[in-house]
Amino acid sequence: MNDENLGKNATRILVVDDELAIQRYLKNALGAQGYFVQVAGNGKEGMNAALALRPDLIILDLGLPDMEGLEVLRRLREWTQTPILILSVRDREDEKVRALDNGADDYVTKPFGIGELLARMRVALRKSAPSSPEPVFKAEGLEVDFEHRRVAAQGEEVQLTPTEYDLLRLLVTHAGKVLTHNQILRQLWGPAYVEQPHLLRVNISNLRRKIEPEPSRPRYILTELGVGYRFKIVT
Amino acid sequence: MNLERRPDPDALLAQVEAEERRRAQGKLKIFLGYAAGVGKTYSMLEAAHSRKAEGVDVVIAVVETHGRAETEALLQGIERVPPKQIEYRGVRLTEMDLDAVLARKPQLALVDEHAHTNTPGSRHVKRWQDIEELLNAGIDVYTTLNIQHLESFRDIIGQITGVVQRETVPDRVLDEAAEIEVVDLPPEELLLRLREGKVYIPEQAVRAMENFFESGNLIALREITLRRAADRVDEQMRSYLKTYQTPELWPVSERILVCISGAPGSERLIRTARRLAEETKAEWFALYVETPGDDKLTRQNRERIWEQLRVAESLGAKEVTTLAAASPVEAVLDYARERQITRIVAGRPLRPRWREWMRGSFIDQLLRRGKKIDVLVVSNEEEEIKKTRKTLRPLGPPGWRGYLIASFLVALTTGLSMLFSHLLDPTNLVMLYLLAVVIAALRLGFGPAVFSAVLSVVSFDFFFVSPYFSFAVEDTQYLITFGGLMFVGMLISTLVSRARSQAEALKTREGQTNTLYALSRELAAAVDLNGISKTVIHHVRGSTKGEVALFLPEGESVRPGATSGSFELSEKEISVALWTCRNGKAAGLGTETLSSSSFLYLPLATGGKTLGVLGVKPQNGAAAFSPETRRLLEAYANQAALAIERVNLARKAEQTQILQATEKLERALLNSISHDLRTPLSSIMGTLSSLREDPSFIKAESQMELLDLALEEASWMNRFISNLLNMTRLEAGALRIKREPHEVQDLIGSVLTSLEPRLRSREVKIQIPSSLPLVNIDPVLIGQVIMNLLDNSLKYSPPVTPLEIEAAVSDSWIEIRLSDQGPGVPEEHRQRIFDKFFRLPGTEGVRGTGLGLAISKGIVEAHQGRIWVENLPVRGAKFILALPTK
Repeated sequence: MNDENLGKNATRILVVDDELAIQRYLKNALGAQGYFVQVAGNGKEGMNAALALRPDLIILDLGLPDMEGLEVLRRLREWTQTPILILSVRDREDEKVRALDNGADDYVTKPFGIGELLARMRVALRKSAPSSPEPVFKAEGLEVDFEHRRVAAQGEEVQLTPTEYDLLRLLVTHAGKVLTHNQILRQLWGPAYVEQPHLLRVNISNLRRKIEPEPSRPRYILTELGVGYRFKIVT
Repeated sequence: MNLERRPDPDALLAQVEAEERRRAQGKLKIFLGYAAGVGKTYSMLEAAHSRKAEGVDVVIAVVETHGRAETEALLQGIERVPPKQIEYRGVRLTEMDLDAVLARKPQLALVDEHAHTNTPGSRHVKRWQDIEELLNAGIDVYTTLNIQHLESFRDIIGQITGVVQRETVPDRVLDEAAEIEVVDLPPEELLLRLREGKVYIPEQAVRAMENFFESGNLIALREITLRRAADRVDEQMRSYLKTYQTPELWPVSERILVCISGAPGSERLIRTARRLAEETKAEWFALYVETPGDDKLTRQNRERIWEQLRVAESLGAKEVTTLAAASPVEAVLDYARERQITRIVAGRPLRPRWREWMRGSFIDQLLRRGKKIDVLVVSNEEEEIKKTRKTLRPLGPPGWRGYLIASFLVALTTGLSMLFSHLLDPTNLVMLYLLAVVIAALRLGFGPAVFSAVLSVVSFDFFFVSPYFSFAVEDTQYLITFGGLMFVGMLISTLVSRARSQAEALKTREGQTNTLYALSRELAAAVDLNGISKTVIHHVRGSTKGEVALFLPEGESVRPGATSGSFELSEKEISVALWTCRNGKAAGLGTETLSSSSFLYLPLATGGKTLGVLGVKPQNGAAAFSPETRRLLEAYANQAALAIERVNLARKAEQTQILQATEKLERALLNSISHDLRTPLSSIMGTLSSLREDPSFIKAESQMELLDLALEEASWMNRFISNLLNMTRLEAGALRIKREPHEVQDLIGSVLTSLEPRLRSREVKIQIPSSLPLVNIDPVLIGQVIMNLLDNSLKYSPPVTPLEIEAAVSDSWIEIRLSDQGPGVPEEHRQRIFDKFFRLPGTEGVRGTGLGLAISKGIVEAHQGRIWVENLPVRGAKFILALPTK
């Protein structure tokens, strides 16, 4: 199946993970979705494969036997902007944050469901496709008009402060992808404001109150505890 | 016939222990000679060369050749450890470098002149102590020794040769040596060598040596030496036999007691007792009785007593005891009876004859009252008796005032008598004077008492005896009155003085006992090493008014745990403390080891292990501690050691308990894991295998159902494993909490999102005020807690009932409250529900491990929060999680 996909000019995925089970599983599951999958068992192999294959997306496990996953990530980011999804375990939030801040696009926690993985892959792959940003963003009950800087929630227009608007726009432009606290802070306030999450928190809270139908059960802006925020896309 | 050859177990044990000690220790071989010049050093070197040829690692630690060419020739070929230079009083002297030899760690070291005294500033006072340290370190030693250096022979040989040795070696060193080689030379040959100038004699001793090297002397010395060596063989034989034969075969053993008095000749007594004991194969004991008047002894006397006790111990007395009693005779006899003494060795009486007249001498009383005990009286040297006279402290007002008052008393009495002179007979008037003398004796002391007696007689004679107002004594019977008054005066004042000093001694003793009691009481209350250190230092300082430091072992060294004041401890002092700790023996001020230190160091030892060191410096830079103070300090050290041991043991017990609890938990966990993981696994495997078997056999909807079930089971396993992991981390204290300010709303929202599928059918009411302050928490962990609570509510409450989540501020806490409409929690289980593996009775049907709430509690408490459950009025349970506001 894999080879068939190759022939069809399918999207190329490189999977870097030392666990045989994961390798087999991904080859199968992703192959069934029409992707071509190449596997590598350690960091060095992975980097070589990236050079040779020039994949469209890399799925990188952080727990590699020969090198730190973070190190592989950094080296890859030195020469390629290919989207990279990292696989991490539960309770290692600091690891995830560090990877995301060092250039990873998103993460998936093991054990994961294939649905989640595919969704995030799609988001990541969409980003790499060059396209002009759409003038209007529409989600379930939320409308953002970038041209006119107008936001409407559940049909009613909402007044946002400039910061809140910038925040919403950032989240929406990266809809479906996780953004770490630091990434958002750096983008909106500048590198000096990194490690000052309360600024961010206040704004998120205000934003939620304004656009979410039930602020306590957020529908749009999801908190990824210990990592950052993600604007949910409806699949 | 020897029917019973059962070996004596105690003796066997002693022998095994001695052998073990010997094996770990180095072996000492002594080359023993009877005079200088017989060739001991030469023989030693010869033996060393043979050893070296056999391949043994030999070094020369110190060897004196005294310029003899033949001996010097033998030095070649053996490695030499360079000596140490010590400067003393402007002179540079060389001594053996003990540390260098220890560091070099040879198999065999040659140390000449066993009895040598080291230069002050060396670690030990005597070279034989250096050798002991070498032996303890496992290094074998060869050494040389002359017979006159042995402690027990000092006197006899002194008498024979007229030369008394100052440098001696305790006898036990010879007894404990592994091998003795007697280097013998016929006296005639020795004299020949002397004439040829081949014998080394220090310049100063030439004249004395002339006496020494007389043929008769030499023969006697030789005999003593050979006999002593033979004795040793005999003794080894005896101890061997003793372990393997019943004691009944041996003659009834004598037991000898020697009484130490502090008199200068007592050392001779002690040595005599020892020789006697050896000859009759008896055990011997030494006893000193402290009487109330003894605290007034001169310092010299006290040191002499101390020295004699030490000599007795070093000569091998089975027991060296000090007792305190009012009557020495009683104390000695009681002790003798307790220990079943058969013979007492005492010195000739020292006190003036007239005193003994009255009470009978010490010896007489012993003889009379010690019925079955022989008394052996040994003659003493008589000089120096004067120095031992005790000085009684004067009673009453000092100096002339006492006499003045005495005169006044007598005058008063005279006046009174005059008043009554026509009423009373002169004989009765004497009674009034007697009364005056008694009062003077009670209140004014010895001198004024005698004075008042004299004055009374004079007054009486003058005023009341014819011829009146004159001093002619017609009636010589008034001399009796005179004598009587004098006698009464002196007797009473002496008795009073005695009673007072007794009372004072008792008070001092009581004071000491009280201090010890107070110390042991406070130590019993101390719970850690810090407390013990402080208590000990406080008390020692109180008793001695000096500086105190308590050292505790730290790794290879010791560190001062606590000190009485802020004074600096030099490197040198710390190294002395370290020596004490390592060797378990007292060192420093007033001892024989490292005596140049300004502190006395006592080891805190129990059962052979040293747990610390107590360092005490006397007040006002005094030269040493008195024997009583020393004893008190040792008692303190004992108490401290016991307390430290107790604290250490308590800590160990605690650790053992923790270990046991941990093991119990591990077992429970293993059980839980094995059971609770297998169950969902069987569902998953069941589903997968049935789908694989015949995919077409099962209908599509059923397939979906099975798959959903399997997915659910898998999610459950995931959560369970996460809980388990957190549980073990929590128990091991390894839970990493990263606290940061977070919004409660954020937290709840996130948890709800992740539980989304299960919440679909439920109504969830959320009430979180927007003004709620932030909580300082680890979001992942507290998120887990809320997840666990929600999970429980979802499991135990009926499927369509609503859930309520609210948050509010209450005093200094932020409370998150989660309510459901399930069965609630019965009152009696409200506490236990948070225990590990606890499940409410009746819930066994629902899948659960009993860990969720326990984990939650652990996490919440690690955040300094609280978690508890209340029952709702109508139905349901309300779990409340309270976190502190920062």
